Amino acid sequence: MSRRLLAPVLTIAAASLLLAACGQASTPSAAPTTAASAAASAAATDECSPANLTTVTGGQLTIGTDSPAYPPYFVTDDSTKENGDPASGQGFESAVAYKVAEGLGFTKDQVKWEVVPFNSSYAPGDKNFDFDINQISITPERQKVVDFSDGYYTVNQAVVALADSPIANATTIADLQKANLGAQVGTTSAKFIDEVVKPANQAQIFNDTNDAKSAMQAGQIDGLVVDLPTAYYITAAEIENSKIVGQFAAQEGGEQFGMLFAKGNPLVTCVNKVLADLKSSGELQQIQDQWLAGESAPYIKQ
Amino acid sequence: MNAPTPGTEIAYVDPQRRALVRQRARRNALVGMGSLIGFVLVISVIVSRTPGWPVVQETFFNGEEFVKTFPGLLSAFMLNVRIFVIAEPLILILGLLVALARTLQSPIFLPVRVIATLYVDIFRGIPTILVIFLLGFGIPALRLTGVPNGAIFWGTAALVLSYGAYVAEVFRAGIGSVHPSQRMASRSLGLSSWQTNRYVVLPQAIRNVIPPLLNDFISLQKDTALVAVLGPIEVLRQAQIDTSSSFNYTPYVGAALIFIALTIPMTRFADWVQERSQRRRRAGGGA
Repeated sequence: MSRRLLAPVLTIAAASLLLAACGQASTPSAAPTTAASAAASAAATDECSPANLTTVTGGQLTIGTDSPAYPPYFVTDDSTKENGDPASGQGFESAVAYKVAEGLGFTKDQVKWEVVPFNSSYAPGDKNFDFDINQISITPERQKVVDFSDGYYTVNQAVVALADSPIANATTIADLQKANLGAQVGTTSAKFIDEVVKPANQAQIFNDTNDAKSAMQAGQIDGLVVDLPTAYYITAAEIENSKIVGQFAAQEGGEQFGMLFAKGNPLVTCVNKVLADLKSSGELQQIQDQWLAGESAPYIKQ
Repeated sequence: MNAPTPGTEIAYVDPQRRALVRQRARRNALVGMGSLIGFVLVISVIVSRTPGWPVVQETFFNGEEFVKTFPGLLSAFMLNVRIFVIAEPLILILGLLVALARTLQSPIFLPVRVIATLYVDIFRGIPTILVIFLLGFGIPALRLTGVPNGAIFWGTAALVLSYGAYVAEVFRAGIGSVHPSQRMASRSLGLSSWQTNRYVVLPQAIRNVIPPLLNDFISLQKDTALVAVLGPIEVLRQAQIDTSSSFNYTPYVGAALIFIALTIPMTRFADWVQERSQRRRRAGGGA
Protein backbone atom coordinates (compact mmCIF):
# COMPACT_ATOMS: atom_id res chain seq x y z
CA MET A 1 0.00 0.00 0.00
CA SER A 2 1.45 3.33 -1.01
CA ARG A 3 1.78 6.14 1.46
CA ARG A 4 -0.79 8.19 -0.34
CA LEU A 5 -3.44 5.55 0.08
CA LEU A 6 -2.59 5.03 3.71
CA ALA A 7 -3.54 8.50 4.95
CA PRO A 8 -7.25 8.51 4.09
CA VAL A 9 -7.70 4.92 5.24
CA LEU A 10 -6.14 5.74 8.60
CA THR A 11 -8.32 8.83 8.96
CA ILE A 12 -11.44 6.82 8.36
CA ALA A 13 -10.38 4.11 10.77
CA ALA A 14 -9.63 6.66 13.47
CA ALA A 15 -12.95 8.38 12.94
CA SER A 16 -14.85 5.09 13.23
CA LEU A 17 -13.08 4.23 16.49
CA LEU A 18 -13.90 7.64 17.91
CA LEU A 19 -17.53 7.17 16.95
CA ALA A 20 -17.75 3.75 18.50
CA ALA A 21 -16.48 5.29 21.73
CA CYS A 22 -19.04 8.11 21.61
CA GLY A 23 -21.87 5.74 20.89
CA GLN A 24 -21.03 3.57 23.87
CA ALA A 25 -20.70 6.53 26.18
CA SER A 26 -24.22 7.63 25.40
CA THR A 27 -25.94 4.33 26.21
CA PRO A 28 -25.62 4.16 30.03
CA SER A 29 -27.05 7.68 30.38
CA ALA A 30 -30.48 6.29 29.54
CA ALA A 31 -30.60 4.24 32.76
CA PRO A 32 -30.91 7.01 35.41
CA THR A 33 -33.91 8.59 33.65
CA THR A 34 -35.92 5.37 33.74
CA ALA A 35 -35.06 4.95 37.41
CA ALA A 36 -36.20 8.50 38.07
CA SER A 37 -39.51 8.05 36.31
CA ALA A 38 -40.11 4.80 38.19
CA ALA A 39 -39.56 6.68 41.45
CA ALA A 40 -41.94 9.37 40.29
CA SER A 41 -44.71 6.91 39.52
CA ALA A 42 -44.22 5.29 42.93
CA ALA A 43 -45.12 8.63 44.48
CA ALA A 44 -48.19 8.82 42.25
CA THR A 45 -50.48 9.93 45.03
CA ASP A 46 -49.64 13.63 44.83
CA GLU A 47 -48.26 13.44 41.32
CA CYS A 48 -50.32 16.44 40.26
CA SER A 49 -49.32 18.89 42.97
CA PRO A 50 -47.43 21.81 41.42
CA ALA A 51 -44.25 20.86 43.27
CA ASN A 52 -44.15 17.45 41.60
CA LEU A 53 -45.09 18.56 38.12
CA THR A 54 -42.28 18.57 35.62
CA THR A 55 -42.83 21.39 33.16
CA VAL A 56 -40.69 22.64 30.29
CA THR A 57 -39.62 25.64 32.37
CA GLY A 58 -39.74 24.94 36.09
CA GLY A 59 -42.33 26.89 38.07
CA GLN A 60 -44.32 27.92 35.05
CA LEU A 61 -46.78 26.38 32.62
CA THR A 62 -45.86 26.95 28.99
CA ILE A 63 -48.85 26.72 26.66
CA GLY A 64 -48.56 26.77 22.88
CA THR A 65 -50.92 28.03 20.22
CA ASP A 66 -50.63 29.19 16.62
CA SER A 67 -50.37 32.77 15.46
CA PRO A 68 -52.67 34.31 14.33
CA ALA A 69 -54.93 33.01 17.09
CA TYR A 70 -58.50 33.26 15.91
CA PRO A 71 -61.63 34.39 17.72
CA PRO A 72 -63.81 33.08 19.25
CA TYR A 73 -61.11 30.76 20.62
CA PHE A 74 -58.79 33.63 21.40
CA VAL A 75 -60.13 37.16 21.79
CA THR A 76 -58.18 40.31 22.46
CA ASP A 77 -58.78 43.30 24.75
CA ASP A 78 -57.17 45.52 22.16
CA SER A 79 -59.97 46.77 19.91
CA THR A 80 -57.52 47.84 17.19
CA LYS A 81 -56.57 44.22 16.51
CA GLU A 82 -58.60 41.58 14.78
CA ASN A 83 -56.73 38.44 15.80
CA GLY A 84 -56.89 37.13 19.31
CA ASP A 85 -54.36 37.42 22.10
CA PRO A 86 -53.90 34.15 24.06
CA ALA A 87 -52.64 35.92 27.18
CA SER A 88 -55.82 37.98 27.52
CA GLY A 89 -57.75 35.12 29.11
CA GLN A 90 -60.53 36.04 26.70
CA GLY A 91 -61.96 33.60 24.22
CA PHE A 92 -62.93 29.96 24.67
CA GLU A 93 -59.54 28.26 24.48
CA SER A 94 -57.72 30.99 26.34
CA ALA A 95 -60.29 30.76 29.16
CA VAL A 96 -60.10 26.95 29.21
CA ALA A 97 -56.28 27.07 29.27
CA TYR A 98 -56.25 29.43 32.25
CA LYS A 99 -58.83 27.31 34.06
CA VAL A 100 -56.70 24.21 33.51
CA ALA A 101 -53.62 26.09 34.72
CA GLU A 102 -55.51 27.17 37.80
CA GLY A 103 -56.65 23.60 38.41
CA LEU A 104 -53.03 22.46 38.22
CA GLY A 105 -52.05 25.09 40.77
CA PHE A 106 -50.48 27.75 38.55
CA THR A 107 -51.34 31.41 38.91
CA LYS A 108 -52.17 33.53 35.88
CA ASP A 109 -48.67 35.05 35.99
CA GLN A 110 -47.07 31.62 35.85
CA VAL A 111 -48.69 30.86 32.52
CA LYS A 112 -46.46 31.65 29.54
CA TRP A 113 -47.66 31.46 25.94
CA GLU A 114 -45.48 30.23 23.12
CA VAL A 115 -46.23 30.62 19.40
CA VAL A 116 -46.43 27.08 18.02
CA PRO A 117 -47.42 26.77 14.35
CA PHE A 118 -49.76 23.82 13.92
CA ASN A 119 -47.30 22.09 11.59
CA SER A 120 -44.50 22.15 14.14
CA SER A 121 -46.65 21.14 17.12
CA TYR A 122 -46.14 17.47 16.26
CA ALA A 123 -42.50 17.65 15.12
CA PRO A 124 -40.24 15.02 16.69
CA GLY A 125 -37.81 16.17 19.32
CA ASP A 126 -38.14 18.21 22.50
CA LYS A 127 -41.20 20.43 22.69
CA ASN A 128 -41.01 24.02 23.85
CA PHE A 129 -44.49 23.82 25.39
CA ASP A 130 -46.19 21.75 28.07
CA PHE A 131 -49.31 21.51 25.98
CA ASP A 132 -50.64 23.05 22.80
CA ILE A 133 -54.23 24.26 22.60
CA ASN A 134 -55.15 25.14 19.03
CA GLN A 135 -58.47 23.55 17.98
CA ILE A 136 -56.67 20.30 17.30
CA SER A 137 -59.00 17.40 16.66
CA ILE A 138 -58.23 14.09 18.30
CA THR A 139 -57.78 11.25 15.79
CA PRO A 140 -56.38 7.75 16.36
CA GLU A 141 -53.78 8.33 13.62
CA ARG A 142 -52.43 11.42 15.35
CA GLN A 143 -52.43 9.64 18.72
CA LYS A 144 -49.67 7.39 17.45
CA VAL A 145 -47.34 10.39 17.43
CA VAL A 146 -48.54 12.64 20.24
CA ASP A 147 -50.71 12.39 23.35
CA PHE A 148 -54.01 14.23 23.63
CA SER A 149 -55.93 15.30 26.68
CA ASP A 150 -59.57 14.24 26.87
CA GLY A 151 -61.76 16.30 24.57
CA TYR A 152 -62.77 19.72 25.86
CA TYR A 153 -65.16 20.56 23.03
CA THR A 154 -67.22 18.52 20.59
CA VAL A 155 -67.19 20.23 17.26
CA ASN A 156 -69.35 20.17 14.15
CA GLN A 157 -68.23 21.35 10.73
CA ALA A 158 -70.17 24.07 8.93
CA VAL A 159 -70.25 25.81 5.54
CA VAL A 160 -70.02 29.59 5.27
CA ALA A 161 -70.86 31.43 2.05
CA LEU A 162 -71.55 34.94 0.82
CA ALA A 163 -75.25 35.75 0.56
CA ASP A 164 -74.99 35.90 -3.26
CA SER A 165 -73.07 32.64 -3.56
CA PRO A 166 -74.61 29.86 -5.70
CA ILE A 167 -74.67 27.64 -2.61
CA ALA A 168 -76.15 30.24 -0.24
CA ASN A 169 -79.40 28.30 -0.07
CA ALA A 170 -78.02 24.75 -0.27
CA THR A 171 -79.74 22.29 2.02
CA THR A 172 -78.23 18.94 1.04
CA ILE A 173 -74.74 17.60 0.49
CA ALA A 174 -75.68 17.04 -3.16
CA ASP A 175 -76.21 20.83 -3.51
CA LEU A 176 -72.68 21.40 -2.23
CA GLN A 177 -71.03 18.87 -4.51
CA LYS A 178 -71.24 21.22 -7.50
CA ALA A 179 -69.50 24.04 -5.61
CA ASN A 180 -65.88 25.10 -5.20
CA LEU A 181 -65.22 24.67 -1.50
CA GLY A 182 -62.22 25.86 0.48
CA ALA A 183 -60.64 25.16 3.87
CA GLN A 184 -57.47 25.70 5.87
CA VAL A 185 -54.67 23.20 5.31
CA GLY A 186 -54.27 20.45 7.86
CA THR A 187 -57.69 20.97 9.39
CA THR A 188 -60.30 18.29 9.75
CA SER A 189 -62.50 20.70 7.76
CA ALA A 190 -60.30 20.08 4.71
CA LYS A 191 -60.47 16.34 5.29
CA PHE A 192 -64.21 16.61 5.78
CA ILE A 193 -64.67 18.11 2.29
CA ASP A 194 -62.75 15.23 0.74
CA GLU A 195 -64.29 12.42 2.72
CA VAL A 196 -67.88 13.49 3.36
CA VAL A 197 -68.89 16.18 0.88
CA LYS A 198 -66.85 14.75 -2.04
CA PRO A 199 -67.33 17.71 -4.40
CA ALA A 200 -66.83 17.38 -8.17
CA ASN A 201 -64.08 20.04 -8.08
CA GLN A 202 -61.14 19.39 -5.80
CA ALA A 203 -61.22 21.48 -2.61
CA GLN A 204 -59.03 24.59 -2.50
CA ILE A 205 -56.69 24.46 0.45
CA PHE A 206 -55.23 27.59 2.07
CA ASN A 207 -52.40 28.32 4.47
CA ASP A 208 -54.73 29.81 7.04
CA THR A 209 -58.34 30.81 7.48
CA ASN A 210 -57.62 34.44 6.60
CA ASP A 211 -56.44 33.42 3.11
CA ALA A 212 -59.50 31.23 2.68
CA LYS A 213 -61.71 34.17 3.65
CA SER A 214 -59.97 36.40 1.06
CA ALA A 215 -60.55 33.77 -1.60
CA MET A 216 -64.21 33.58 -0.69
CA GLN A 217 -64.61 37.35 -0.85
CA ALA A 218 -62.83 37.39 -4.21
CA GLY A 219 -65.28 34.81 -5.52
CA GLN A 220 -62.58 32.17 -6.05
CA ILE A 221 -64.44 29.74 -3.82
CA ASP A 222 -68.20 29.50 -3.36
CA GLY A 223 -68.05 28.39 0.22
CA LEU A 224 -65.71 27.83 3.12
CA VAL A 225 -65.78 24.87 5.48
CA VAL A 226 -64.80 25.66 9.07
CA ASP A 227 -65.82 24.47 12.51
CA LEU A 228 -69.15 25.84 13.70
CA PRO A 229 -67.86 28.37 16.29
CA THR A 230 -65.50 29.85 13.69
CA ALA A 231 -68.42 29.96 11.26
CA TYR A 232 -70.46 31.96 13.74
CA TYR A 233 -67.62 34.35 14.27
CA ILE A 234 -66.91 34.87 10.58
CA THR A 235 -70.53 35.54 9.72
CA ALA A 236 -71.32 37.69 12.75
CA ALA A 237 -68.21 39.79 13.06
CA GLU A 238 -65.85 39.44 10.13
CA ILE A 239 -67.47 39.22 6.72
CA GLU A 240 -70.52 41.30 6.03
CA ASN A 241 -73.06 39.76 3.78
CA SER A 242 -72.00 36.22 4.66
CA LYS A 243 -74.09 33.48 6.20
CA ILE A 244 -73.83 29.98 7.60
CA VAL A 245 -75.28 27.76 4.90
CA GLY A 246 -75.60 24.97 7.42
CA GLN A 247 -73.78 22.68 9.80
CA PHE A 248 -73.10 18.99 9.33
CA ALA A 249 -74.32 16.42 11.80
CA ALA A 250 -71.48 14.89 13.81
CA GLN A 251 -69.77 11.98 12.12
CA GLU A 252 -69.52 8.64 13.80
CA GLY A 253 -67.85 9.01 17.20
CA GLY A 254 -67.95 12.81 16.98
CA GLU A 255 -65.02 15.12 16.58
CA GLN A 256 -63.38 16.50 19.68
CA PHE A 257 -60.75 19.13 20.32
CA GLY A 258 -57.97 18.03 22.66
CA MET A 259 -54.82 19.58 24.05
CA LEU A 260 -51.68 18.22 22.44
CA PHE A 261 -48.80 16.84 24.56
CA ALA A 262 -45.46 15.31 23.73
CA LYS A 263 -45.85 11.53 23.53
CA GLY A 264 -45.49 10.08 27.02
CA ASN A 265 -45.72 13.38 28.89
CA PRO A 266 -47.06 12.44 32.37
CA LEU A 267 -48.68 15.87 32.65
CA VAL A 268 -51.58 14.65 30.52
CA THR A 269 -53.13 12.60 33.36
CA CYS A 270 -53.13 15.65 35.63
CA VAL A 271 -54.71 17.83 32.95
CA ASN A 272 -57.36 15.16 32.38
CA LYS A 273 -58.19 15.20 36.10
CA VAL A 274 -58.63 18.96 35.99
CA LEU A 275 -60.76 18.68 32.84
CA ALA A 276 -62.98 16.06 34.48
CA ASP A 277 -63.52 18.39 37.44
CA LEU A 278 -64.32 21.31 35.13
CA LYS A 279 -66.84 19.16 33.30
CA SER A 280 -68.60 17.82 36.41
CA SER A 281 -68.77 21.24 38.05
CA GLY A 282 -70.31 22.70 34.91
CA GLU A 283 -67.55 25.30 34.58
CA LEU A 284 -66.48 24.07 31.16
CA GLN A 285 -70.06 24.41 29.94
CA GLN A 286 -70.17 27.94 31.36
CA ILE A 287 -67.04 28.95 29.48
CA GLN A 288 -68.46 27.39 26.36
CA ASP A 289 -71.76 29.25 26.76
CA GLN A 290 -69.89 32.49 27.31
CA TRP A 291 -67.68 32.30 24.22
CA LEU A 292 -69.23 29.88 21.80
CA ALA A 293 -72.90 30.67 22.10
CA GLY A 294 -74.87 31.29 18.94
CA GLU A 295 -78.22 30.57 17.43
CA SER A 296 -78.33 27.08 16.03
CA ALA A 297 -77.56 26.72 12.35
CA PRO A 298 -79.69 24.47 10.12
CA TYR A 299 -78.33 20.99 9.46
CA ILE A 300 -77.21 20.00 5.98
CA LYS A 301 -78.98 16.81 4.93
CA GLN A 302 -77.08 13.85 3.55
CA MET B 1 -9.45 5.93 -35.15
CA ASN B 2 -11.60 8.99 -35.53
CA ALA B 3 -10.27 11.95 -37.39
CA PRO B 4 -8.70 14.40 -34.94
CA THR B 5 -11.15 17.11 -33.92
CA PRO B 6 -9.88 20.58 -34.69
CA GLY B 7 -7.94 22.09 -31.84
CA THR B 8 -6.78 18.87 -30.19
CA GLU B 9 -3.07 18.51 -30.57
CA ILE B 10 -1.67 15.24 -31.75
CA ALA B 11 1.87 14.61 -30.67
CA TYR B 12 4.10 11.65 -30.02
CA VAL B 13 3.64 10.27 -26.48
CA ASP B 14 6.21 8.01 -24.92
CA PRO B 15 4.50 4.62 -24.24
CA GLN B 16 6.19 4.32 -20.85
CA ARG B 17 4.85 7.71 -19.87
CA ARG B 18 1.41 6.75 -21.11
CA ALA B 19 1.42 3.64 -18.91
CA LEU B 20 2.46 5.75 -15.94
CA VAL B 21 -0.37 8.21 -16.56
CA ARG B 22 -2.86 5.38 -16.84
CA GLN B 23 -1.64 3.78 -13.64
CA ARG B 24 -1.93 7.03 -11.75
CA ALA B 25 -5.45 7.60 -13.08
CA ARG B 26 -6.47 4.14 -11.88
CA ARG B 27 -5.03 4.78 -8.46
CA ASN B 28 -6.76 8.18 -8.21
CA ALA B 29 -10.08 6.58 -9.05
CA LEU B 30 -9.49 3.94 -6.36
CA VAL B 31 -8.60 6.48 -3.69
CA GLY B 32 -11.57 8.64 -4.68
CA MET B 33 -13.95 5.70 -4.44
CA GLY B 34 -12.53 4.56 -1.11
CA SER B 35 -12.71 8.02 0.37
CA LEU B 36 -16.31 8.43 -0.83
CA ILE B 37 -17.41 5.09 0.62
CA GLY B 38 -15.63 5.86 3.87
CA PHE B 39 -17.27 9.26 4.06
CA VAL B 40 -20.76 7.84 3.52
CA LEU B 41 -20.09 5.15 6.11
CA VAL B 42 -18.89 7.65 8.70
CA ILE B 43 -21.91 9.91 8.15
CA SER B 44 -24.40 7.04 8.38
CA VAL B 45 -22.76 5.76 11.55
CA ILE B 46 -22.91 9.23 13.10
CA VAL B 47 -26.55 9.73 12.17
CA SER B 48 -27.75 6.28 13.17
CA ARG B 49 -26.04 6.56 16.55
CA THR B 50 -27.71 9.81 17.57
CA PRO B 51 -30.20 9.24 20.39
CA GLY B 52 -33.15 10.64 18.40
CA TRP B 53 -32.54 8.60 15.24
CA PRO B 54 -35.26 5.96 15.80
CA VAL B 55 -37.85 8.72 16.21
CA VAL B 56 -36.56 10.61 13.18
CA GLN B 57 -36.59 7.43 11.14
CA GLU B 58 -40.15 6.72 12.23
CA THR B 59 -41.38 10.27 11.45
CA PHE B 60 -39.44 11.06 8.26
CA PHE B 61 -38.64 7.72 6.67
CA ASN B 62 -41.67 5.60 7.41
CA GLY B 63 -42.06 3.03 4.65
CA GLU B 64 -45.71 2.30 5.31
CA GLU B 65 -46.61 6.00 5.25
CA PHE B 66 -44.53 6.44 2.09
CA VAL B 67 -46.38 3.71 0.22
CA LYS B 68 -49.71 5.07 1.38
CA THR B 69 -49.13 8.68 0.30
CA PHE B 70 -46.76 8.49 -2.69
CA PRO B 71 -49.38 7.82 -5.43
CA GLY B 72 -51.38 10.84 -4.23
CA LEU B 73 -48.23 12.95 -4.31
CA LEU B 74 -47.45 11.87 -7.84
CA SER B 75 -50.87 12.81 -9.12
CA ALA B 76 -50.70 16.15 -7.30
CA PHE B 77 -47.32 16.71 -8.98
CA MET B 78 -49.05 16.74 -12.36
CA LEU B 79 -50.31 20.20 -11.43
CA ASN B 80 -46.72 21.40 -10.90
CA VAL B 81 -45.80 19.94 -14.26
CA ARG B 82 -48.73 21.68 -15.92
CA ILE B 83 -47.82 25.02 -14.37
CA PHE B 84 -44.20 25.01 -15.43
CA VAL B 85 -44.81 23.56 -18.88
CA ILE B 86 -47.14 26.51 -19.52
CA ALA B 87 -44.97 29.06 -17.72
CA GLU B 88 -41.57 28.23 -19.21
CA PRO B 89 -42.20 29.23 -22.85
CA LEU B 90 -44.08 32.35 -21.74
CA ILE B 91 -41.15 33.34 -19.52
CA LEU B 92 -38.71 32.89 -22.41
CA ILE B 93 -40.79 35.09 -24.70
CA LEU B 94 -41.39 37.77 -22.07
CA GLY B 95 -37.75 37.76 -20.95
CA LEU B 96 -36.43 38.07 -24.48
CA LEU B 97 -38.84 40.90 -25.36
CA VAL B 98 -37.97 42.85 -22.22
CA ALA B 99 -34.24 42.34 -22.75
CA LEU B 100 -34.53 43.57 -26.35
CA ALA B 101 -36.61 46.54 -25.21
CA ARG B 102 -33.90 47.50 -22.75
CA THR B 103 -31.23 47.46 -25.45
CA LEU B 104 -33.14 49.70 -27.88
CA GLN B 105 -30.93 52.65 -28.79
CA SER B 106 -33.15 55.24 -30.47
CA PRO B 107 -34.36 58.09 -28.19
CA ILE B 108 -37.91 57.62 -29.47
CA PHE B 109 -38.05 54.32 -27.56
CA LEU B 110 -37.36 55.96 -24.20
CA PRO B 111 -40.83 55.11 -22.79
CA VAL B 112 -40.37 51.46 -23.77
CA ARG B 113 -36.95 51.38 -22.12
CA VAL B 114 -38.30 53.02 -18.98
CA ILE B 115 -41.22 50.61 -18.73
CA ALA B 116 -38.98 47.59 -19.29
CA THR B 117 -36.51 48.81 -16.68
CA LEU B 118 -39.24 49.52 -14.15
CA TYR B 119 -40.76 46.09 -14.75
CA VAL B 120 -37.45 44.34 -14.11
CA ASP B 121 -36.68 46.46 -11.05
CA ILE B 122 -40.07 45.90 -9.50
CA PHE B 123 -40.65 42.23 -10.20
CA ARG B 124 -37.10 41.18 -9.44
CA GLY B 125 -37.30 43.05 -6.17
CA ILE B 126 -40.53 41.52 -4.87
CA PRO B 127 -40.37 38.02 -3.39
CA THR B 128 -42.14 35.61 -5.77
CA ILE B 129 -44.59 34.50 -3.09
CA LEU B 130 -45.72 38.10 -2.61
CA VAL B 131 -46.32 38.53 -6.33
CA ILE B 132 -48.44 35.38 -6.20
CA PHE B 133 -50.40 36.69 -3.24
CA LEU B 134 -50.93 40.14 -4.76
CA LEU B 135 -52.07 38.87 -8.15
CA GLY B 136 -53.90 35.79 -6.92
CA PHE B 137 -55.99 37.47 -4.25
CA GLY B 138 -55.86 41.07 -5.45
CA ILE B 139 -57.03 40.90 -9.05
CA PRO B 140 -59.95 38.50 -8.54
CA ALA B 141 -61.08 40.72 -5.65
CA LEU B 142 -61.58 43.54 -8.17
CA ARG B 143 -64.33 41.38 -9.64
CA LEU B 144 -63.60 42.54 -13.19
CA THR B 145 -65.84 41.01 -15.80
CA GLY B 146 -64.14 39.00 -18.52
CA VAL B 147 -60.98 38.47 -16.47
CA PRO B 148 -60.40 34.92 -15.29
CA ASN B 149 -60.24 34.58 -11.52
CA GLY B 150 -58.83 31.07 -11.26
CA ALA B 151 -56.10 30.53 -8.72
CA ILE B 152 -53.97 28.47 -11.11
CA PHE B 153 -54.27 31.13 -13.81
CA TRP B 154 -53.06 33.94 -11.54
CA GLY B 155 -50.49 31.79 -9.83
CA THR B 156 -48.96 30.92 -13.19
CA ALA B 157 -49.20 34.55 -14.33
CA ALA B 158 -47.34 35.64 -11.19
CA LEU B 159 -44.58 33.09 -11.83
CA VAL B 160 -44.27 34.27 -15.44
CA LEU B 161 -43.98 37.91 -14.36
CA SER B 162 -41.51 37.18 -11.58
CA TYR B 163 -39.27 34.83 -13.55
CA GLY B 164 -39.67 36.95 -16.72
CA ALA B 165 -37.78 39.72 -14.92
CA TYR B 166 -34.92 37.38 -13.99
CA VAL B 167 -34.72 35.84 -17.43
CA ALA B 168 -34.80 39.30 -19.06
CA GLU B 169 -31.65 40.13 -17.14
CA VAL B 170 -30.05 36.86 -18.17
CA PHE B 171 -30.78 37.61 -21.82
CA ARG B 172 -29.53 41.18 -21.42
CA ALA B 173 -26.29 39.88 -19.97
CA GLY B 174 -26.05 37.52 -22.95
CA ILE B 175 -26.57 40.37 -25.40
CA GLY B 176 -23.98 42.40 -23.54
CA SER B 177 -21.50 39.54 -23.79
CA VAL B 178 -21.43 39.77 -27.59
CA HIS B 179 -18.51 41.99 -28.52
CA PRO B 180 -19.58 45.40 -29.97
CA SER B 181 -17.36 44.77 -32.98
CA GLN B 182 -19.78 42.04 -34.05
CA ARG B 183 -22.62 44.52 -34.26
CA MET B 184 -20.46 47.11 -36.02
CA ALA B 185 -19.20 44.60 -38.53
CA SER B 186 -22.71 43.45 -39.24
CA ARG B 187 -24.01 46.99 -39.70
CA SER B 188 -21.12 47.84 -41.99
CA LEU B 189 -22.02 44.83 -44.10
CA GLY B 190 -25.36 46.49 -44.68
CA LEU B 191 -27.58 44.49 -42.30
CA SER B 192 -30.35 46.48 -40.68
CA SER B 193 -30.56 46.87 -36.91
CA TRP B 194 -33.22 44.13 -36.76
CA GLN B 195 -31.22 41.81 -39.02
CA THR B 196 -28.14 42.41 -36.90
CA ASN B 197 -30.02 41.36 -33.80
CA ARG B 198 -31.67 38.42 -35.48
CA TYR B 199 -28.72 36.91 -37.32
CA VAL B 200 -25.62 38.11 -35.48
CA VAL B 201 -26.21 39.17 -31.89
CA LEU B 202 -29.00 36.93 -30.60
CA PRO B 203 -27.61 33.58 -31.83
CA GLN B 204 -24.39 34.24 -29.95
CA ALA B 205 -26.12 35.81 -26.94
CA ILE B 206 -28.54 32.95 -26.47
CA ARG B 207 -25.86 30.30 -26.73
CA ASN B 208 -23.91 32.08 -24.03
CA VAL B 209 -26.79 32.14 -21.59
CA ILE B 210 -28.22 28.65 -21.97
CA PRO B 211 -26.67 27.38 -18.71
CA PRO B 212 -28.03 30.24 -16.55
CA LEU B 213 -31.40 29.88 -18.27
CA LEU B 214 -31.57 26.20 -17.37
CA ASN B 215 -30.61 27.18 -13.87
CA ASP B 216 -33.59 29.53 -13.68
CA PHE B 217 -35.87 26.80 -14.98
CA ILE B 218 -34.81 24.36 -12.32
CA SER B 219 -35.55 27.05 -9.80
CA LEU B 220 -38.94 27.64 -11.45
CA GLN B 221 -39.84 23.96 -11.18
CA LYS B 222 -39.45 24.17 -7.44
CA ASP B 223 -41.23 27.50 -7.15
CA THR B 224 -44.38 26.08 -8.75
CA ALA B 225 -45.05 24.87 -5.21
CA LEU B 226 -45.63 28.48 -4.19
CA VAL B 227 -48.87 28.60 -6.19
CA ALA B 228 -50.36 26.45 -3.42
CA VAL B 229 -50.86 29.54 -1.26
CA LEU B 230 -53.79 30.43 -3.53
CA GLY B 231 -55.61 27.16 -2.90
CA PRO B 232 -54.74 24.61 -5.61
CA ILE B 233 -53.38 21.34 -4.28
CA GLU B 234 -49.97 20.72 -5.78
CA VAL B 235 -47.43 18.19 -4.54
CA LEU B 236 -46.08 20.09 -1.54
CA ARG B 237 -49.56 21.03 -0.36
CA GLN B 238 -50.67 17.42 -0.76
CA ALA B 239 -47.70 16.37 1.36
CA GLN B 240 -48.66 18.94 3.97
CA ILE B 241 -52.24 17.64 4.03
CA ASP B 242 -51.08 14.04 4.43
CA THR B 243 -48.62 15.10 7.11
CA SER B 244 -51.15 16.98 9.18
CA SER B 245 -53.57 14.12 9.07
CA SER B 246 -51.10 11.49 10.30
CA PHE B 247 -48.58 13.77 12.08
CA ASN B 248 -45.88 11.97 10.10
CA TYR B 249 -43.43 13.89 7.90
CA THR B 250 -42.66 11.10 5.44
CA PRO B 251 -44.85 12.64 2.69
CA TYR B 252 -42.51 15.66 2.65
CA VAL B 253 -39.60 13.35 1.91
CA GLY B 254 -41.70 11.78 -0.85
CA ALA B 255 -42.34 15.23 -2.35
CA ALA B 256 -38.63 16.03 -2.15
CA LEU B 257 -37.81 12.82 -4.04
CA ILE B 258 -40.26 13.73 -6.80
CA PHE B 259 -38.68 17.17 -7.23
CA ILE B 260 -35.19 15.70 -7.21
CA ALA B 261 -36.17 13.08 -9.78
CA LEU B 262 -37.05 15.92 -12.11
CA THR B 263 -34.33 18.46 -11.32
CA ILE B 264 -31.32 16.13 -11.31
CA PRO B 265 -31.67 15.20 -15.01
CA MET B 266 -32.17 18.91 -15.75
CA THR B 267 -29.04 19.81 -13.81
CA ARG B 268 -26.96 17.13 -15.54
CA PHE B 269 -28.32 18.40 -18.87
CA ALA B 270 -27.31 21.96 -17.94
CA ASP B 271 -23.82 20.69 -17.03
CA TRP B 272 -23.56 18.88 -20.34
CA VAL B 273 -24.67 21.93 -22.35
CA GLN B 274 -22.16 24.10 -20.55
CA GLU B 275 -19.34 21.63 -21.09
CA ARG B 276 -20.17 21.30 -24.74
CA SER B 277 -20.18 25.06 -25.31
CA GLN B 278 -16.85 25.35 -23.49
CA ARG B 279 -15.38 22.57 -25.60
CA ARG B 280 -16.53 24.33 -28.73
CA ARG B 281 -15.00 27.59 -27.65
CA ARG B 282 -11.72 25.92 -26.74
CA ALA B 283 -11.72 24.24 -30.09
CA GLY B 284 -11.81 27.69 -31.64
CA GLY B 285 -14.85 26.89 -33.75
CA GLY B 286 -16.82 29.74 -35.28
CA ALA B 287 -19.23 31.49 -32.94
